[in-house]
Amino acid sequence: MSTTPRPDAGRGAGPPSGSSGRPGKGVLARLTDRIPVRIRRVSLPYLLIIPAILLELLIHLVPMVIGIGMSFLKLTQFFLRNWSAAPSAGLSNYQVAVDFDSAVGSSLLHSFLITIVFTVLTVALSWFLGTMGAVLMQGAFRGRGLLRALFLVPYALPVYAGVITWSFMLQRDSGLVNHILVQLHLADDSDRPFWLIGDNSFISLIVVCVWRTWPFAFLVLMAGLQNISGDLYEASAIDGAGWWRQLRSITLPLLRPVNQVVVLVLFLWTFNDFNTPYVLFGKSAPEQADLISIHIYQSSFVTWNFGSGSAMSVLLLLFLLVVTTVYLVATSRRRSDA
Amino acid sequence: MQIRKLGIIAIAGALSLSAAACGGDDTGSGGSTGAAAPKTLTYWASNQGTSLENDKQVLQPELDKFEKQTGIKVNVEVVPWADLLNRILAATTSGKGPDVLNIGNTWSASLQATGAFVPFDDKLMAEVGGKERFLGPSLAATGVAGQPPTALPIYGMTYGLFYNKKMFKEAGIAEPPKTWDELIADGKKLTKGDQWGLAVEGASVSENAHHAFIFGQQHGSELFDPSGKPQFDTPQQVAAIKQYVDLMAVHKIVNPSNAEYSNGTEAVQDFTSGKAAMLMWQSIASQVKAAGMTDDDYGLAPIPLPDPSQGGKQVNGMVAGINLAIFKSSENQDAALQFVKFMTGKEAQQSLNKTYGSLPTVKDAYDDPAFQTPMIKTFQEILGTTSAPLPQVPEESQFETLVGTAMNTMFADAASGKPITDEYVKAKLSDANEQMLAGS
Repeated sequence: MSTTPRPDAGRGAGPPSGSSGRPGKGVLARLTDRIPVRIRRVSLPYLLIIPAILLELLIHLVPMVIGIGMSFLKLTQFFLRNWSAAPSAGLSNYQVAVDFDSAVGSSLLHSFLITIVFTVLTVALSWFLGTMGAVLMQGAFRGRGLLRALFLVPYALPVYAGVITWSFMLQRDSGLVNHILVQLHLADDSDRPFWLIGDNSFISLIVVCVWRTWPFAFLVLMAGLQNISGDLYEASAIDGAGWWRQLRSITLPLLRPVNQVVVLVLFLWTFNDFNTPYVLFGKSAPEQADLISIHIYQSSFVTWNFGSGSAMSVLLLLFLLVVTTVYLVATSRRRSDA
Repeated sequence: MQIRKLGIIAIAGALSLSAAACGGDDTGSGGSTGAAAPKTLTYWASNQGTSLENDKQVLQPELDKFEKQTGIKVNVEVVPWADLLNRILAATTSGKGPDVLNIGNTWSASLQATGAFVPFDDKLMAEVGGKERFLGPSLAATGVAGQPPTALPIYGMTYGLFYNKKMFKEAGIAEPPKTWDELIADGKKLTKGDQWGLAVEGASVSENAHHAFIFGQQHGSELFDPSGKPQFDTPQQVAAIKQYVDLMAVHKIVNPSNAEYSNGTEAVQDFTSGKAAMLMWQSIASQVKAAGMTDDDYGLAPIPLPDPSQGGKQVNGMVAGINLAIFKSSENQDAALQFVKFMTGKEAQQSLNKTYGSLPTVKDAYDDPAFQTPMIKTFQEILGTTSAPLPQVPEESQFETLVGTAMNTMFADAASGKPITDEYVKAKLSDANEQMLAGS
């Protein structure tokens, strides 16, 4: 940050520096002295934000650029140590990824479609539960604080601890879920269902993800509800509006700006979720629950093909960019229409 | 407005994370020792015993001995199997890893290709006592033939058939099975109530891949053609994998729950806790001891061999084991070499292999009576005569992952009662083959 002015440097307190005839003034301070005060005042905020911008670039943009660069390389175990020496792959990593007749492309498409269904269901359920929870918690009643705190537990728990507990509960022979099902005679003891492999694994994944995600929606929507004036409810009650009418005509419309953000953030988080499937299923998720994040991880880290893994990541990034742009444009237009 | 800004920031963050996800794995931040502490080594040990903690307890006395002898302190971290390859890859990419580490010997050639490890050329070999000290089969699994080994073997292992003597007696079976037909027939007799004939680790990628190899050899399959191209979907390999999965799918001597087992300990637990009568596994001495079983309770026999007239190879084990490698990025190469010398020395070889029930990899360690027991003799016999090393090609680890993962799916389908046909097995293996080719 060599461009940052040092206001105290020229006040004679610091040690003399430079070889010029004006001792006690740093080079920098002398330079800044020449800049008119007005400009200095205007530029100060920008100077102060430079470190943040630099860090932002470092943390987000640099890995992104590296990732994009990698997607054009034949990056295998032979070049792991010095990946800049890997031979160029041209567009072949992308071609393989979108060739839906090949094993690589078709499995990528498969996990992409699974991820979309999974995301839509998870976000919808989480949002619904979050809204219901927030609305029901709105009125004061005994034990509300305790209930609110309980609702937030899944959100506060470390991912690993929460999800690994689910994976224990979902074990076929020793898991709590099957134990309860058998006790309730909903499942046959000798033919217990599998929850972590096969077709049911998709359902398990959604349940665990919703369990993890909905408290966030609940939290944000509850905060949003605090902003809605109680007068509106009182006035509408006098006009004879019931609970349902209030929900439809007051709560939901006034929550719309909050909802727009909540749904978008939930969508992005869920779409990219890696931790939940990884902890629940391990490195190789069942085909039925092979989310795209795990799939890309497998392509790069497990089969040592980092180039094609990067290409898949870039495709995913482009897809998410398009979705978010469309979403933001659509929602902001609707707002200006209103 | 505020909310919208917040949203955009959140979105920017979430988006860039997705792109950065391919950039690196953060689990491998391992301990690189700085130059300020030249007398300390970091060592990643693989999980050999009943738990990570148990491994530490086994290793620590040896490390203390080493410190006494040389003044070099060794900080050990035991890494679970499921994480080990990833951790090594991350350390290789970042150049920040331990000084010395364990690798599964089947990964030798794959890891050799990264060039991240110190090759044991003639000079280094002479320092650890020369090539002749090491067991031939174990030394063969240290890298591509004709190149200096990328690691040295420290624990020798292979596969054998463990059986529960009491259950065999109860079922009226006098001897462990010698043919596959016998194994299936015995397995059916032993399967009743909560008890099953055989336990397998159906969702363990590496366990599955090892059996794909062993069964494949018995059917005369080669996983790679002479030019190094993968050929996972030959009719022989399809038949081999189907034979293995059929133990659950058709013969029903394996508990369908085994399709969920993935961490490399659950099948062993089924055996030691009496839920299964047989287990095709490597050394399980420490787990058996922890479960309170004695040598009288269980026996070890070779896994059945194929009928020699059918053309398959007389192979019933793979040259399994653990190797010790030195990272090129280590700043304490001399100290690291001293440690490797210590760990491959007679004394450490005897005490560690005794505890783990594995085979010493140096010939001079065998004078200890502990390695004359029937069990160790059987393992020694299998390793020396009817075991084959997995192909020592750089793509070996991809084979394990792709074929092993495909077999996870097959077991999952078998467990839920879906038919496992030849076409189905072939399709899965062809996919694995294609994915492998796409990366090369």
